[in-house]
Amino acid sequence: MKILVGYKRVVDYNVRIQVKPDGTGVVTDGVKLSANPFDDIALEEALRLREKGVAEEVVVVGIGPADLTAHLRNGLAMGANRAIHVTTTDTVQPLTAARVFQKLIEKEQPGLVILGKQAIDDDANQTGQMLAALWDRPQATFASKVEIADGKVTVTREVDAGLEVIEAELPAVITTDLRLNEPRFIKLPDIMKAKSKPIDTIEFASLGLEDNAHLKTTHYAAPAKRSKGVMVKDAAELVAALKQKGLL
Amino acid sequence: MSKILVVAEHLGGKLNSSTARAVSAAAAIKPEAIDVLVLCDSADAIAAEAAKIEGVSRVLTITRAENMHPLAAVLAPQIAKVAAGYSYVFAPSTTFGKDVLPRVAALLGVGQVSDVMSVEGSHTFKRPIYAGNAIITVEADAGSTVVATIRTASWPAAANSASSAPVEAITVDAALPSHTRFVELLQGKSDRPDLQSASKVVSGGRGVGSKENFEIIYKFADKIGAAVGASRAAVDAGYVPSDMQVGQTGKIIAPELYMAIGISGAIQHLTGIKDAGTIVAINKDGEAPIFEVADIGLVGDLFKLIPELEAAID
Ligand SMILES: Cc1cc2nc3c(=O)[nH]c(=O)nc-3n(C[C@H](O)[C@H](O)[C@H](O)COP(=O)(O)OP(=O)(O)OC[C@H]3O[C@@H](n4cnc5c(N)ncnc54)[C@H](O)[C@@H]3O)c2cc1C
Ligand SMILES: Nc1ncnc2c1ncn2[C@@H]1O[C@H](COP(=O)(O)O)[C@@H](O)[C@H]1O
Repeated sequence: MKILVGYKRVVDYNVRIQVKPDGTGVVTDGVKLSANPFDDIALEEALRLREKGVAEEVVVVGIGPADLTAHLRNGLAMGANRAIHVTTTDTVQPLTAARVFQKLIEKEQPGLVILGKQAIDDDANQTGQMLAALWDRPQATFASKVEIADGKVTVTREVDAGLEVIEAELPAVITTDLRLNEPRFIKLPDIMKAKSKPIDTIEFASLGLEDNAHLKTTHYAAPAKRSKGVMVKDAAELVAALKQKGLL
Repeated sequence: MSKILVVAEHLGGKLNSSTARAVSAAAAIKPEAIDVLVLCDSADAIAAEAAKIEGVSRVLTITRAENMHPLAAVLAPQIAKVAAGYSYVFAPSTTFGKDVLPRVAALLGVGQVSDVMSVEGSHTFKRPIYAGNAIITVEADAGSTVVATIRTASWPAAANSASSAPVEAITVDAALPSHTRFVELLQGKSDRPDLQSASKVVSGGRGVGSKENFEIIYKFADKIGAAVGASRAAVDAGYVPSDMQVGQTGKIIAPELYMAIGISGAIQHLTGIKDAGTIVAINKDGEAPIFEVADIGLVGDLFKLIPELEAAID
């Protein structure tokens, strides 16, 4: 079985995002970029399935500008067999990303696609579900446990009410939640090895997909700030303050 | 004039209050009609609850054995069919809505606006990105159906009205897949208030130290009638189940009172509580970032302070 993994590059989760004063975007110049944390989890899960003998090949996919190559090399160093780089300078909205994955699926015929549940830049939480719809295949979102046997995948999902277990026939789309696994660290020798692993480059325009912009972002603003409150010196003062506000 | 379809969320034969929040957002568009769609294997009780929500014009039910559990692959084709008569399809931005609605959007061939915080115009919305570090204004295409999930913490639940809207059973001609099956839902049993709708929430973090120590948090929460939440670190460490996680990737809540105990205040946590009325922080580190957003802060050891708080309340 072949597994396709979404491997998006985003602003590192430790960076404190600043909105540009003119409201045209957020500051990304000179800011640290990393793999979307959920995509590292997706890749880790795919690698474990390969190590268990469930899958033979793990392919990481990135849709983005030319300099994404270095990022994809990290995925290869982590252990992916090869990478596909769909090049575009436009921001890719989830429906477009899903359509790109659909095109790649036609060619690659994977048994499983693992994406992150959300990209921590747009926080959209859409691409996997959209892809499953376009592909007309099962979706198992927010996965915290994945088991594959007999052409079926059993997934434990983190839902608001607790943990939901569903069973789906393969091929299917899985999106990862935080507790699915802990991604491995990249080791130095693997970075060397990754240099010789193949990266296929496909121009977005060559996929024949329709216009990218479904939604227009017209303005960026900093969130309303909560003002700093008061400090109390002991438990009695805290209780008194809460009682005064009618909260106790 | 426009019509809005709101997809109802329910569990165990009961309507989830997130539905009434999505109705509030729908009302902000000032549409001609707001219809609530209930998909279930037995929809009557749920439909009756939905019919009482103020502002609802009609409740539509699709009753089918396949709709017993909320499987996105099964529900989405039905919702997409019903959507044909509407200019907007809304669902709450809960794990239910997040799972099913993008699938509907893709079937309709449109993008989705996730986590709507405010309605700025008929096709203009505000939503958070980067864990709430930036708020963007988004314009959806006026020529297509608008598909959006509603950030429940930003919207009050629409009130109950004195009269009930009519309920209509409908059928749709949609082929439903059998490739996905529900196995089970593992739910922790709790008599405590529901984390997502509680007016008071007490959350514990890594500072609580263990699953056993978390009893202190539960006991205190019970004393003040609060729901219990947690940081990701507390969930990851196995102190509490995952459905208690508050934050960017957990639950986004807006209680009147939020008490963060032994939680440092990482941005991913804060994004889940920024709409809380009053935030109280208890932390032994006076430099913890949680104090930058707390309305009331108290520096000290939680194991000493919680018993003192309990004593002071009595
Ligand atoms: C993609 C991504 C998504 C994430 N999503 C979420 C999310 O949804 N929700 C979330 O919460 N986090 C999330 N996180 C994790 C987040 O970045 C933090 O790691 C996490 O919130 C820290 O939890 P904490 O405050 O409990 O632990 P810590 O940061 O370790 O803080 C523990 C605090 O307890 C205090 N303390 C210790 N002992 C005591 C004592 N005896 N008395 C009083 N205080 C004490 C310490 O001073 C410290 O401030 C996410 C991270 C990533 C990368
Ligand atoms: N440009 C992209 N390149 C690679 N993967 C992507 C891209 N956009 C979305 N994805 C995948 O889709 C997931 C969900 O993204 P989103 O729907 O934007 O929150 C991500 O975690 C990725 O796995």
